[in-house]
Amino acid sequence: MALLQTHGLVARYGDFQALFGVDIMLNEAETIAIIGANGAGKTTLMRSIAGVLRNDAASVLLDGKPIGTRPAEEIMSQGVAMVPEGRKLFPSLSVEENLLIGTYGRKIGGHWTLETVYDLFPILRERRHSPGTALSGGQQQMVAIGRALMSNPRVLLCDEISLGLAPVVIKDIYKAIPQIKAAGASLIIVEQDIAQAIAVADRVYCMMEGRVTLSGTPDTLSRDDIHNAYFGAGH
Amino acid sequence: MIWVDTIAQGILLGGLYALFASGLSLVFGIMRLVNLAHGDLIVMGAYLILVLVTLLGISPFLAVFIAMPLMFALGWLLQRYLLNRTLGDDILPPLLVTFGLSIALQNALLEGFSADSQRLPTSALTTASVNVGPITLGIMPLLTFGSAVLVIVALNQLFYRTELGRAFRATSDDATTASLMGIKPANIFATATGIAMVIVTIAALYLGLRANFDPNIGPARLIYAFEAVIIGGLGSLWGTLLGGIIIGVAQTVGAAINPEWQILAGHIAFLVVLLVRPRGLFPRAHD
Repeated sequence: MALLQTHGLVARYGDFQALFGVDIMLNEAETIAIIGANGAGKTTLMRSIAGVLRNDAASVLLDGKPIGTRPAEEIMSQGVAMVPEGRKLFPSLSVEENLLIGTYGRKIGGHWTLETVYDLFPILRERRHSPGTALSGGQQQMVAIGRALMSNPRVLLCDEISLGLAPVVIKDIYKAIPQIKAAGASLIIVEQDIAQAIAVADRVYCMMEGRVTLSGTPDTLSRDDIHNAYFGAGH
Repeated sequence: MIWVDTIAQGILLGGLYALFASGLSLVFGIMRLVNLAHGDLIVMGAYLILVLVTLLGISPFLAVFIAMPLMFALGWLLQRYLLNRTLGDDILPPLLVTFGLSIALQNALLEGFSADSQRLPTSALTTASVNVGPITLGIMPLLTFGSAVLVIVALNQLFYRTELGRAFRATSDDATTASLMGIKPANIFATATGIAMVIVTIAALYLGLRANFDPNIGPARLIYAFEAVIIGGLGSLWGTLLGGIIIGVAQTVGAAINPEWQILAGHIAFLVVLLVRPRGLFPRAHD
């Protein structure tokens, strides 16, 4: 049984339909990458899984149980965590408080604690008392990832974690992915940076205009397949 | 020497205004909700204490401890099942609903207690005073001011030293992202209003001991509270205390010059601060 699955997922913003029956599957200890251009529906898919957008109950399954109508706070308490697009740190909280808020209201056992997050991103230990938003973009992304890890999630949703960052910083961030996987999380990584995503993913889904247009393992997908699925066959 | 005494009395009066305002400041700081029924809720709190004192034959200082959890529960339910539904990008719905609540509360209190003014029973404590150098300070104003400082210290501890405080600040920054942390914004807002109602109850105790009250005086208390909050900077608790003190001192100085100027002087002080610092003395850095 898949750890997390979407079945014919449809999402709308008012009259605008953003997703048209999306099916994806995440297995235990797996990393999948969702790639696609701007407006493909990747972030909407993440927000739908996380419960920020409500769906039909059976369109999102966690451990085979429908969670599509559950609110975000309930889905998070079932072991799903999200690194949102744009990082979304809390401006009135320090770095350490931003990390601690990831465990709100729960006694959570597991690998990830303040100390192990600081070991993963040592710069955060030095900046622990600074306001979260006073950090550089890369450091803020580290806080956002650390904050999600603090809940010791089984499923980690990473939405555009390389967006707006310098290549050297992106490399640093992606270096953490194997350690996050080794600690027991399964990941869904949404990316526009195809090479980066494919390098860490076990399977890849390509989206265009609210639909999955291609899926497979990185070694079975050719450059042309991905190009066509990403931009449309006419390009 | 009369001016030293006048200013000291004004500072202590500012404690009462800070108590009126702290609950309003807390609720606005966390959920940007302007509660137009705040003054009427203070008056309702005073009536609740009066009922407890009358029914149980206990001191108002004891009755307030019974009233506080009742008011917390009322605030929690009010926010959870009514006011949360009005929150959103449009600021008009909460204004309209709390304005309606204000009218409903005033009429309910009129129906239940008549328009006759009431007062909480006083004791020797309410008329006692202490000499501090050349000036004489009433024990009750000192207690009021001390309570205001304690309330603000407690709220600051809650905000900056506890997990609930972190959740308050995070939800205030971004409720959607807070929900991604497992926080239930609807419950956080309800808890904040519950705490605001506990402060309202403390304010009600000193209001009822200091002066007469009737069902119609709520809106005037709301204006003092608003002025204190705006002078201090929206959402700043220490700023709210300072705002209360500025209004209190302006009123006592105004009254010392001419008794007719007391209330007007407070409003003028508010307008002057607004003119010089439109965002208040201690505005939040990231609004």
